[in-house]
Amino acid sequence: MAVTLAAVGDVTRRRFAAMGRPALVASAVVAGALAVLAIIGPWIAPYDPDATDVLSSGQGPSARHLLGTDSLGRDILSRALAGARLSFAGPAVIVLISTVLGTALAIFSAWHGGWVDRMANRFLNVMFSVPGILVAVLSSAVFGAGFWAPVLALGVVYTPYMARAVRSVAIRERHQGYVESLQLAGMSSWRIGFRHLAPNVMPIVVAQGTYGFGTALADFAAVSFIGLGVQPPQAEWGVMVSDGRSELLDGALQQSLVAGTLIVVTVIAFNVLGAQLSTRSGGRR
Amino acid sequence: MKNSAPRREATSRNGTVRRFVTTILGAVATILAASLVIFAGLSVAPGDPVAQLLGAKATDQARANLRQDLGLDDPFLERYWHWLTGALHGDFGVSLTSRQDVTALIGPRLATTFLLVAMAALLVVLLGIGLGVIGGVGARGRAVVSALVGLGIAVPSFVAANALIGVFAVKLGWFPTYGSGDGFADRIWHLTLPAVALSIGYGAYVSQLTSAAVAEESEKEYVVTARGRGVPSGIVLRHHTLRNAIMPVLTASGLAVAGLVAGTVVVEQIFAIDGIGALLIRSITSKDYPVVTAVSLIIVIVFVLVTTVIDLIQVALDPRERAKS
Amino acid sequence: MTPTPLLDIHDLHVRVRHRGEQRTLVRDVSLSLDTAESIGLVGESGSGKSMTIKAAMRLLPPGATAEGQVEFGARDVLKLNRRDLSRYRSREVALIHQDPRAHINPTRTIAQFITEGVVHTGQMTKDEAVERACDLMADVGITDAQRRMRQFPHQLSGGLLQRVMIVAALLPSPRLIFADEPTTALDVTVQSDVMAILGERIRDRQVSMLFVTHDLDLAAAVTDRLAVMYAGTVVESGTSAEIYRRPLHPYTAGLLQSRPSTAEVRRPTAIPGRPVAAYEAGKGCPFAPRCSFTTDRCHTERPDRRTVEGRSVACHRVEEIADLLKEHAP
Repeated sequence: MAVTLAAVGDVTRRRFAAMGRPALVASAVVAGALAVLAIIGPWIAPYDPDATDVLSSGQGPSARHLLGTDSLGRDILSRALAGARLSFAGPAVIVLISTVLGTALAIFSAWHGGWVDRMANRFLNVMFSVPGILVAVLSSAVFGAGFWAPVLALGVVYTPYMARAVRSVAIRERHQGYVESLQLAGMSSWRIGFRHLAPNVMPIVVAQGTYGFGTALADFAAVSFIGLGVQPPQAEWGVMVSDGRSELLDGALQQSLVAGTLIVVTVIAFNVLGAQLSTRSGGRR
Repeated sequence: MKNSAPRREATSRNGTVRRFVTTILGAVATILAASLVIFAGLSVAPGDPVAQLLGAKATDQARANLRQDLGLDDPFLERYWHWLTGALHGDFGVSLTSRQDVTALIGPRLATTFLLVAMAALLVVLLGIGLGVIGGVGARGRAVVSALVGLGIAVPSFVAANALIGVFAVKLGWFPTYGSGDGFADRIWHLTLPAVALSIGYGAYVSQLTSAAVAEESEKEYVVTARGRGVPSGIVLRHHTLRNAIMPVLTASGLAVAGLVAGTVVVEQIFAIDGIGALLIRSITSKDYPVVTAVSLIIVIVFVLVTTVIDLIQVALDPRERAKS
Repeated sequence: MTPTPLLDIHDLHVRVRHRGEQRTLVRDVSLSLDTAESIGLVGESGSGKSMTIKAAMRLLPPGATAEGQVEFGARDVLKLNRRDLSRYRSREVALIHQDPRAHINPTRTIAQFITEGVVHTGQMTKDEAVERACDLMADVGITDAQRRMRQFPHQLSGGLLQRVMIVAALLPSPRLIFADEPTTALDVTVQSDVMAILGERIRDRQVSMLFVTHDLDLAAAVTDRLAVMYAGTVVESGTSAEIYRRPLHPYTAGLLQSRPSTAEVRRPTAIPGRPVAAYEAGKGCPFAPRCSFTTDRCHTERPDRRTVEGRSVACHRVEEIADLLKEHAP
């Protein structure tokens, strides 16, 4: 059997899942709050996130600038709030793409079974061993740096994880009596697939999507960080860590610290929430 | 039943050979497929290599000659074949920006990247497995290791890098903030922070997997058997628990090393290390596609190589794997 | 004054932590075993019989605790320090497990498995151990011992593996063997062979045996005495022949009736209801819900063990129902 990184992820997930109900509540609250920030962030930002003010550059936290300013005098709190939107939009699209592709692939292969399923499985195993960051970077090379190139590439890279999670549930559902009786009643495969299989795999899709969201956020921020994703001066957390990188030499830590902490907290919240959901969805032991 | 045993041994040996061969063929096929995808993708990417090489002032005649020389007007498959046969001889073409041989550009940088990956791999394996065993053996260590691992997995290398630079390079001044250094000791010194940043995430993965594998093995019946025979716990740990947990640990470590190679793309950029990861990003920015193709192919090859070796070791080590055929 | 028994279990309780509550799995078990004597510990799954021997070897799973005394040669096993425990496990006793395939490490050779115990506890050198093991393998009917020693577990059948387990158990010349359902996981066709070999070897060597099984017939055939367990306690104990001939506890009688007979054509009668674990039993007799001889007292008061006809029985109505049970018995 080919080795897969996914197997490694599963273990972490089980550990997170073992933490129980308080972890579910806490992670759901944090993830939910961050998601709300991503929507309303740009509107509640106290300053224009792109407005530079050379006179007040590189300031520490103060009453006027709660989290200080960066080397161009932009308000870090405003950039963090405004940046939340793009930081979340990237992984959201990645998860959307991988969910559509992965679910379709999984239900299709589970439905047909036999050699179709075997081929799909082999294909997934090859896909698992593709280094995501490399694909994202090459995608930027081909389609040009920006939001869409890495997002499309990562959407494809994350597909096998979703497909594998859904496939196990879909195969189980496929052999339930109700599917056979629907078939006997003359319902078309497409209708059964969408009307009946899809709702049953929904819980595992949500769980896997949540778990993948955290990792996707980190990967997307990494591509922006190296300059091939979201382009400065747009505010995004990866871009902010990159801006913060040059300020470090002057001893100004706050921009790196703020953006880095936001990324880490988001990843942890979504990882834990995804693990909790996946045990509760019954998709995994 | 009894007299069929020798025959079974013979078939299992054949099975092993067959599995070795199919695994290796699969790896070669994966690399070829990846090379085709990369080559095709980059050949449709925007940018005109002729303009890049000759500049704006070149005559039409000179442009046409160069197109001829580079074979740019040949059909796609012919160009791919030409590039592939060249690559097999170690000739990846000429860089569009520096006009040097791509091979000459990559060579010394590969050594730097290799050193970085080796240091990070050492950290991943030592810390990952060390923490993993502690977390797997006792309930007391488990909580601490779990917390560390949950955090480690969530900290991307570029975030960790900033924190490390801020604390150890800028505030404490123990390490340089960037560069690859000259001479071996200086290189090690320069590459320490990058290696740490690179190893955190994968180290967490490896220790997570190790502790789960060790914990699972400790509950196996044959471990109980050995304890029930009065075998000292150190020997039980070595001969049974760790020995049988080694497969998933090896797998995770191998994958981690493969991941480290891809991770250099990010980390080298942060610390301004002149390795192939930074070269890749620089070449993408300057649309130097021969270099991009070569570097990505090398990363893919290393990745496939590592995963293949893990597969082969798995077949070779476990008598049950050998018996499957 | 009788000589001190080899193994003397007193008031043994085993509890396991389950979601914050303590669940009793073994309640107040007492057993004693003399040198060269064998006792069958019989009961359905969940009756606590395996837990009893696990406790006697200090091999309880994490979260389980044992209270009471397990005296072996006048020392309490439950209080042994690490070194003495290792000595006890490696030289004095040996354990034969139910499923040899799970209990033998699949990645190590048969030789490594057999010799591991004696070599790592300093009882023999590797060469001595291999030589002795080869002799023992011949004794238990394994041909071609030299080749078998180099093989891996997956290359051996279940019956052969269990013989290997027997060899491993006998190698350090223990004084007591715990056998935990040694034939249950094997094919029916090899069960009797393996049982016969085990029986012969322990008789030859004057080794005592605590034999755990759910099979009353088998236990009665190979052991000197029986202890029948239900819901974590011993409900009846006595010599195998007597119990087999004339069960005194309704549960024992039920067990005897519930198995198919080879001697006569009749329908086996299952005991109604399901077996309960010790922590599920109420304040009355744990068997009362399934017993057809109950009175009010059986449901409210737990019966103590009493000596009746030279046997120990935990039933309020032994004397009244003894003759009724006899009619039910085969």
